Amino acid sequence: MAKYIVKRILMGILTAFVVATLTFFIMNLVPGGPFLAEKAVTPQAQAAMEAKYGLDKPLFQQYLTYMGGLLHGDLGVSLKKRGFTVADIIGNRFPVSARLGGIAVLVAVLIGVPLGSLSAFNRGKAADNIIIVFSTAGIAIPSFLTCTLLMYFLSVKMKLLPSLGLDTPASYIMPVIALSLYPASYITRLMRSSMLDVIGQDYMRTARAKGVPAYKAVFKHALRNAILPVVTYLGPLLAYLMTGSFIVEKIFTIPGLGQEFVSAIPSRDYPLIMGTTIFLACFIILMNVIVDIAYAFIDPRIKLK
Amino acid sequence: MEGKKNPLSLQLNVDEIQDAFEPATAEEKESLVVMRESVGFFKDGLRRFRKNKIAMASLTVVVIIIILAFIVPAFYPYDYEEQMKGSERLGVMEYSKSELERMEAGEKVFPHFLGTDQNGRDYTIRVLMGARVSMTVGIIASALILLIGSVYGAVAGYFGGRTDMVMMRIVDILYTIPDVLIIILLAQVLKFPLQNLAQVPGFSWITALGPNMVSMFLVFALLYWVGMARIVRGQIMVLKQNEYVTAAKALGATNGRIIRKHLITNCIGTLIVTTTLQIPSSIFTESFLSFLGLGVQAPMPSLGSLASNALNGLQTFPEKLFAPAFMIFVIILSFNLLGDGLRDAFDPKMKR
Repeated sequence: MAKYIVKRILMGILTAFVVATLTFFIMNLVPGGPFLAEKAVTPQAQAAMEAKYGLDKPLFQQYLTYMGGLLHGDLGVSLKKRGFTVADIIGNRFPVSARLGGIAVLVAVLIGVPLGSLSAFNRGKAADNIIIVFSTAGIAIPSFLTCTLLMYFLSVKMKLLPSLGLDTPASYIMPVIALSLYPASYITRLMRSSMLDVIGQDYMRTARAKGVPAYKAVFKHALRNAILPVVTYLGPLLAYLMTGSFIVEKIFTIPGLGQEFVSAIPSRDYPLIMGTTIFLACFIILMNVIVDIAYAFIDPRIKLK
Repeated sequence: MEGKKNPLSLQLNVDEIQDAFEPATAEEKESLVVMRESVGFFKDGLRRFRKNKIAMASLTVVVIIIILAFIVPAFYPYDYEEQMKGSERLGVMEYSKSELERMEAGEKVFPHFLGTDQNGRDYTIRVLMGARVSMTVGIIASALILLIGSVYGAVAGYFGGRTDMVMMRIVDILYTIPDVLIIILLAQVLKFPLQNLAQVPGFSWITALGPNMVSMFLVFALLYWVGMARIVRGQIMVLKQNEYVTAAKALGATNGRIIRKHLITNCIGTLIVTTTLQIPSSIFTESFLSFLGLGVQAPMPSLGSLASNALNGLQTFPEKLFAPAFMIFVIILSFNLLGDGLRDAFDPKMKR
């Protein structure tokens, strides 16, 4: 067990390192630099700027300097937002994204698990068919469409909800729906098929035969086993919500990390791009590691190697 | 080694019983009744597939969309780039002044079913072209993924041992890399080098496809094959235990031949299903990138960029959003259902 955890964490660190290296070199492949776009910059001024941020040194030297800083937890300073370090920006923006994503995960699980079970227990009946239709449709709508359609109907047409920002609790409604529609549908489908599997198992019949009441059989025997695939899905789900948030944050103009990342790329704010990529990557990798380890605790049958 | 047979041997004396085997006479052959024609893998799958109403319906929808996206634009009276002066921002089924005058004069004017955009381009043809772009990206990307993923997975699964270990660790790392971050970066980064490369003789096809589309294919080819590789590897690991592989090896077949002729052909069902299900997810990613403005570039429309452009005029022209939105929805839904149907038909074990 301990060996597995150590191995898994080492793997995660290696992945983070690969991501950091990839991002660094990919980014520097682009012709042009962060200071070219600014008007009225004399060559001397530009050279001075580049010297100040160490951009005049050979690429590999820059790489070593950056990685050295990274090991000390130093993500550098933003080139475009003067006076802000990358760590400051991430610290300001990430809580917004995390809160939104966290609520969306919660909503997706709270909707998906009961609906999926309901559908499985009523297999072939009207309720099952309705749930299948909706969950199948739900995984065919990209999040940007959910966002725009919600915005059109709920705030432009009916003027029920605020369309921008995250100032009031009501303004959370649309972004959360937009973010959680796809995962909720996916979890519903996942839950339905695994629940159908479990219902057919011998131990369920045994439990009922020896007189375990139905609700107890469902909660103690069926649900516990059927929820396992959902747990494995939580890792990729978090990754999805991080990426879904790029769109959702852009459309609803939410000051989150996703929006910051998307806008940093065209402006070539190298340290900010690097910082956000590495941070988000580490976060996703960490979540995957936690989910993998948690899975082993939930399902004792799994022997970790 | 010719020699006398050991008298104590229990071996059959072949020479003696050889006469016992005679070719069957015509009558005897006739008496063999074929109860039912043997059903091969594909026939069996197709039969199951035809019975599945949802799958057949989604196949029909896919065919209709393919006709709409690839054949209809060739006959359509308007071109997707054609900017008509004076007919900017028309609503559904509206005509511009000059067109009304021409109609007064008795000329026939083809209606703008969905109106026109801010540059006076017919919106119906733009949505159809957008569907074509999205489908092309989805299909080519899936083909690339199929090619890379199946070869990689097959090699790793077949050779096993240390080769497998190293190859699968690489897959593990690629799998945990947050794909969209890298995609957004790459899509941005590859734009300029590809534009430069397009100037080099021999690479002019890049301009034809559009550098953004090429960079998108590269991104898919680099990152998305890992899922396919994992699935194929798992299948190959099981398949290579089969006797026919041992037999092929004993007959002196090379590794490449065994993989190509025996192993890949035997997991063809999985390959078809996984590829079909890959198409909608590639379209998903493409429309997402185009929506962010990192995908296919103007004047080439994509369903994602059409939806993104429609946001500005949402108040007055909601149908400009609904049309591409509906198109994306139908394409992804029908491919998903088609993939599910194929899985049920060709891969009953994978049925969930």
